[in-house]
Amino acid sequence: MSFDDHTLLIAAGIFGILVFASAVGAILRFAVARGAPHPVIDNLNARVYAWWFMAAVIGIALLGGKTGVVALFAFVSFVALREYLTVAPTRRGDHSTLVLAFFVALPFQYLLVWIEWYGLYSIFIPVYAFLLLPTLAAFSADMKDYLQRSATIQWGLMICVFCVSHVPALLTLDIPGYEGRNAFLVVYLILIVQSSDVLQYIWGKLLGRRKIAPQVSPSKTVEGFVGGVASAVALGTALWWITPFSPAQAGAISLAITVMGFFGGLVMSAIKRDRGLKDWGTLIEGHGGMLDRIDSVCFSAPVFFHIVRYGWTP
Amino acid sequence: MTLLTNLAAWGLTRFTRIVTGAHARWLGCAPVPVQRIYFGNHSSHADFALIWASLPSELRKRTRPVAGADYWENGTIRRFVIHEVLRGVLIDRARTEHARDPIELMAESLDAGDSLILFPEGTRNTTDEALLPFRSGLYHLAARRPDVELVPVWMENLGRLLPKGEFIPVPLLCSITFGAPLKLASGETKDVFLARARQALLATRSSARPENGQAHELR
Repeated sequence: MSFDDHTLLIAAGIFGILVFASAVGAILRFAVARGAPHPVIDNLNARVYAWWFMAAVIGIALLGGKTGVVALFAFVSFVALREYLTVAPTRRGDHSTLVLAFFVALPFQYLLVWIEWYGLYSIFIPVYAFLLLPTLAAFSADMKDYLQRSATIQWGLMICVFCVSHVPALLTLDIPGYEGRNAFLVVYLILIVQSSDVLQYIWGKLLGRRKIAPQVSPSKTVEGFVGGVASAVALGTALWWITPFSPAQAGAISLAITVMGFFGGLVMSAIKRDRGLKDWGTLIEGHGGMLDRIDSVCFSAPVFFHIVRYGWTP
Repeated sequence: MTLLTNLAAWGLTRFTRIVTGAHARWLGCAPVPVQRIYFGNHSSHADFALIWASLPSELRKRTRPVAGADYWENGTIRRFVIHEVLRGVLIDRARTEHARDPIELMAESLDAGDSLILFPEGTRNTTDEALLPFRSGLYHLAARRPDVELVPVWMENLGRLLPKGEFIPVPLLCSITFGAPLKLASGETKDVFLARARQALLATRSSARPENGQAHELR
């Protein structure tokens, strides 16, 4: 099959799943809820609508090539960082640091990805922002909670900007024999991570008994985790033909992606717990904020990127 | 209103809503066209713009912010914004000799049918306290026009978005919440009333905060 056939097949598959989900949502709404408001079913339908929207946005960005994908994820990072810093305990003395984080560090990181300067975008935030932003904050007169504030801002940049920028960075990897097909790596990552989220939710609702981290997230269960990861790994293995991996490699990599994604959801829930939040924001109807949606991608993107870079690029 | 004024008003409203990302939450009252005194916490110059931009347009046209003349009369752009766009009621905080009584100016504006936006802390709060003590102006105005309802307005994060003395706003998400209206009770003394008004604003603040516990349903 050619590249175009694969593209068509994947697009048709995603379209089919969304049509199926919409149909299930509609049936539940009329058969179970009988058109009356029902929190769980309404939330499910809101999510399905949001999925249509997100699939369309990602599809359009992919049509725009590297520039489109870089621009989309720069925007995603911006919204995520905004949600994160909104609830982060910063003080007046951090104002210039925050201005730099939003208006210099973020665009510069994505510019580096766009010009494919791996040597700099892989260390710009972990080294240069890490050292320089606290220096700037030290010049402000306000030293109260200095360490906590500096660490909080750096952590936000790492999660919301550095980690997320590894999604478009997948397009810059030169994999022999896989030229021109890198967009599939982006689709593969997002598809596996997000289906793992959804499948963990479904397995958890169906069979969930034992809570896996009751202090952090009462809705996460052992059964949901095992069932969700296993079925997402099965999906990832079955989709090996859009990747440069063998079926066995695809399975192992899917496992790494889904486990990292689970860790991401857990860590970001722990932060929400600490800050007393239910959701990160109200950006996407039915999905809470941007960070609620991409927490698992944040953790899996850099790991996936480095596995592929280590194993499949010369 | 001229085209330029309309354009500036539209631009200011859009810009404020985009930068703050704030949706107005009317928890204690509805956005209906009754005469009101909106009193809010003051941490940033963006406060004026946010309350104003959060009102539906028919209310916005009849609502005037009360602002300090010393700041807003200083410079062409500020003067244009406060006089032409926001239609502010400027008061002289320094109380120079020829200045008119600020309470009288505000009462006149109420008599003309307008609503008012005012910040009873009197100055921007740069401390770690949620609210500074209220100045007495709110009481004197309420005593002069006791039929007008007073609506507490809590704005969260604006002091972080654009702190005093800074020029570049950080695009943090803000929130604005309109609380339950109150009126001066007959025979209520100044101190009792001001304490009650301040408490109402703090209550609006806690009603706006997300409840603790309750993690995201699915995560």
